Amino acid sequence: MIWNAFLIAVREIRRNLTRAFLTVLGIIIGVAAVITMVTLGQATTRAVSDQISKLGSNLLILRPGAGFGPRGVPGGSPNFTMEDAELIAEQVAGVAATAPVRMASLTTAYLDEARTTAVTGTTPAYFQIHQWTLADGRFFNEADLRRGAAVCVIGNTVRNELFGEKDPIGQRLRIGSTVCEVIGLLASKGQAGMGDQDDTIIVPITTLQRRLVGRTSDHDINMISISAEDGVDTEVLTTDITAFMRERRHLQPGEDNDFHVFDTRQITEALTSSTRMMTMLLAAVAGVSLLVGGIGIMNIMLVSVTERTREIGIRLALGATAGEVLMQFLVEAITLACVGGLIGMLCALALCVALSGLIGVPFVFNPMINAAAFCFSAVVGVVFGFVPARSAARLDPINALRHE
Amino acid sequence: MSDRNASPLIRLRGITKTYGRGDAAFQALRGIDLDIHAGEFVAIMGPSGSGKSTLMNILGCLDTAAGGTYHYDDIEVGSLTVDQRALLRRYALGFIFQSFNLLARTSALENVELPLLYRGLSRRIRHEKAAAALEAVGLGDKLRNTPAELSGGQQQRVAIARALVSEPRTLFADEPTGNLDSATTIEIMELLSRLNREQGITLIMVTHEDDVAGWAHRRIHIHDGRIASDERSLQTTAAHP
Repeated sequence: MIWNAFLIAVREIRRNLTRAFLTVLGIIIGVAAVITMVTLGQATTRAVSDQISKLGSNLLILRPGAGFGPRGVPGGSPNFTMEDAELIAEQVAGVAATAPVRMASLTTAYLDEARTTAVTGTTPAYFQIHQWTLADGRFFNEADLRRGAAVCVIGNTVRNELFGEKDPIGQRLRIGSTVCEVIGLLASKGQAGMGDQDDTIIVPITTLQRRLVGRTSDHDINMISISAEDGVDTEVLTTDITAFMRERRHLQPGEDNDFHVFDTRQITEALTSSTRMMTMLLAAVAGVSLLVGGIGIMNIMLVSVTERTREIGIRLALGATAGEVLMQFLVEAITLACVGGLIGMLCALALCVALSGLIGVPFVFNPMINAAAFCFSAVVGVVFGFVPARSAARLDPINALRHE
Repeated sequence: MSDRNASPLIRLRGITKTYGRGDAAFQALRGIDLDIHAGEFVAIMGPSGSGKSTLMNILGCLDTAAGGTYHYDDIEVGSLTVDQRALLRRYALGFIFQSFNLLARTSALENVELPLLYRGLSRRIRHEKAAAALEAVGLGDKLRNTPAELSGGQQQRVAIARALVSEPRTLFADEPTGNLDSATTIEIMELLSRLNREQGITLIMVTHEDDVAGWAHRRIHIHDGRIASDERSLQTTAAHP
């Protein structure tokens, strides 16, 4: 009987292709929208968390100022010293390594090419803490640091801008007024969420202090990168470092901190939770459009029952039972909803592949959301097909036949 | 063909039908007693509002009586459920309507196949039977045409083929020539009376035209919900000794 109803339903759909197409259009758009939104949203979330994890794991960053927000006056608080970085590494339990960082924005030039680049002066520990890997050449070492050697390691963006396709290793790059030898090329970290991390030049901090910008004070460290030992709770570590630094900076109880500790894990959580929320919001909007599509199906089914009253009368007169008429209309609705769901899934697939390439996030096929959207469209077909189908099956054959 | 003394195919006793209720109630049938034997060709006549269509709908199991008993082939129709009546229509009864009632945008073949679909016959058998039925009514070359591409007479032939394809014992025709011109009317009536004569199908036809009723062997006049007269023509006597 179900096969029979399916046969009859397919005949009716084939006979009214335009009507059928208009009916499923809502479902197609709804399903495609939901799947695309959720897939792209999840891809973005993943891209953001991947990006942040590339900053370094168990990474804490100590900066002057009370942090972002109304109380923070970043410029007004004193910077750190080299000694601060060394002592944190030595004296705070759970700290694996620290690297003092001094930043300077300097003009860099190679042959005719010149650009302004953020130059980072630091110690060799920095590479490990920030999980930089080499594409070519070498990092600078302790010997380079002691000597204040005129060497630098460059990011991929700097390489592209200044050297193009040329091998940069061993080339002489002018930074400010000093000529440095390029000894290493960093592997690209890409750019999403956190700005272009590859647009960087890293030099030994002694080189920056002695040759590039000079040194006016011991308090010339803009930031200290700290990596925690494995298994150490970064929240506890943050508290310990804060206490240690308050002591070193002679802050009285009740006085506000004039520095703050960033925990990258917290940033990761904040960013991923915000992108996840955005994904849910988009999915909700798309879900509404799916619902509207379902109501479209119900609407068309209701109208077509009215239009097709005579057809129902003929079928009843020829010996169809009310159950068979009900089944026919139900199967019609479900078939339309499922076909719409399938087409919607294909559209979503094409859209996701195209859009994820366009906005530069990885495409990940999500079977869950595809299954959910498809099932929802099938349920929409059953629910919204049932009401008009029942009213059709309840018709009295004579009244249905008299219907003009 | 049929034996008068055998129990009739159709037996009505005291059939009444009322539409509406209270003051607005209208009694369409006021007690009909009627026997129709297998193989008869009966015309039910009467002015509009006489109750002839109501009687026909009750006979065709499309409607139920308010009072009285209706036996079809010794089955008490009044005690059947809605679905059982549907099955009775599917397996024993055929219908022809004044307005043809074909499915629009649907080929003649598919229209004729429709009753067979509900019987769950295979595709091949459906095609064969439907094509044969259309052949029998002289439309063997119009299988693929939709109703809009056929003349009124041809559409009524498709409807007759659709009624015949399920090999019913009884064929109900509600004003079958009401929408047709006189030449086509004669064609259709010849076809119907041949079915009655050659295949022994019991034919019950509602009409208000005397010349159409003249094709039948028995004419029942309904007036104000009662049988006013019930006359048999000489042919009937010849056909049913």
